[in-house]
Amino acid sequence: MPKITYKTQDDKTHIIDVQNGLTVMEGAIQNGIPGIDADCGGGMSCATCHVYVNEEWLDKLPAKEDGEEDMLDMAFEPKKNSRLSCQLIVSDILDGLVVNIPSKQG
Amino acid sequence: MNKTDVLIIGAGPTGLFCAHQLGIIGLQCEIVDNLDKAGGQCIELYPDKPIYDIPAIPECTGEELTNNLLKQIKPFNFNFHLNQRVEEIKKVKDRWQVKTSGNKQFDVSSIVIAGGVGSFEPRKFPVNECKKFEENSLFYSVKDKSIFKDKTISIFGGGDSALDWAIELSNNSKVNLIHRRDGFSGAEVSVQKVKELNNQGKINLYTKYQLNSVLGEDKINSVKIKHDDGEIKEIKSDYVLGFFGLIMQLGPILDWGLNIDKKKIEVNTENFETNIDGIFAIGDICSYPGKLKLILSGFHEGALAARGCFKYAKPDEKLRFEFTTTSKAAQERLGVKND
Repeated sequence: MPKITYKTQDDKTHIIDVQNGLTVMEGAIQNGIPGIDADCGGGMSCATCHVYVNEEWLDKLPAKEDGEEDMLDMAFEPKKNSRLSCQLIVSDILDGLVVNIPSKQG
Repeated sequence: MNKTDVLIIGAGPTGLFCAHQLGIIGLQCEIVDNLDKAGGQCIELYPDKPIYDIPAIPECTGEELTNNLLKQIKPFNFNFHLNQRVEEIKKVKDRWQVKTSGNKQFDVSSIVIAGGVGSFEPRKFPVNECKKFEENSLFYSVKDKSIFKDKTISIFGGGDSALDWAIELSNNSKVNLIHRRDGFSGAEVSVQKVKELNNQGKINLYTKYQLNSVLGEDKINSVKIKHDDGEIKEIKSDYVLGFFGLIMQLGPILDWGLNIDKKKIEVNTENFETNIDGIFAIGDICSYPGKLKLILSGFHEGALAARGCFKYAKPDEKLRFEFTTTSKAAQERLGVKND
């Protein structure tokens, strides 16, 4: 199973085995990683599963849809490496992905 | 002080149908919502989008569903208290005293929380010192546009609200529009209009910039904005407007002593009462094993919670199960004329 690393604001690192086909957001919610709210449940309509992706992963991830970029306008402190974790579907290619969880979701 | 049987917090589909069920069994209620209209997420997030899973209604929009629910409870003439959220609840003997942000007070025998994912509140700037200027020279909505006349306004955001206000205010004010990227999520026709006004010098457009800091003593004098590449610009501003959409916040509900896990209130599935006697929770805000976040589940939860409220409202009476098809009492409450 691909390993996804979640870095939280309290400087803790959580390395989680996430099943292929789940989203990076679901991997966090199911394992109780703090800082990801996912209010809308994965519908790309709330921007509360916002993460910062480690730079070296930026080009390896599937490109953002327009809707994701629009929602990121609403996120708390969006940056160039911002993504909505509900739009990142876990596969073997994502094995080793590192995401940083922002200090707030809104 | 409004004295009644039940206070419903949240005028989304679940709260509205619960009101219907209360009316049918002969209870009175008042409904509070933080939005300026009934409908909850259906109206705020997807008024024009179709819903396909309401039983016996193959397809309807969020707005149609809301209008039909309002029509269904019209005979009961329940009062709505909009634009305010419930701030405080206090148990006095065996009743609840409730206070809202609009200074309305209620005295009720039970409370039904149908608050969705919380109340909708504007998303705010991440910059700390913004708080100090809120409602003074920094706003997340426009209540009185006359204050902006002949002033310099810095508007942040890329959606319809930001674009529409930039266009509107550029008539009588100096407008800076600042957005984090070149693309906008607002309507294309507005984007074109903003670009046109920018070319004519009526709007100053700054893209790939975000707010870095606000400067001023009692009121804002200027803002510093930071470009993606790190460059910082200081621009004069009398007012700052931020339009980043709405976020749902549980707010004061967190302080009422309810069992809350992951922003959801735990309830039993017999009558959807919480760990506190007389407080019920239904719809998206409640959690129990097997919970499905569908509107139809909210209807079911509301019907049972309404019956749960009965024993607090009329402790000496027994509630008899009846069908609306045959119950004279229910039909009278609905104002149905029988020959």
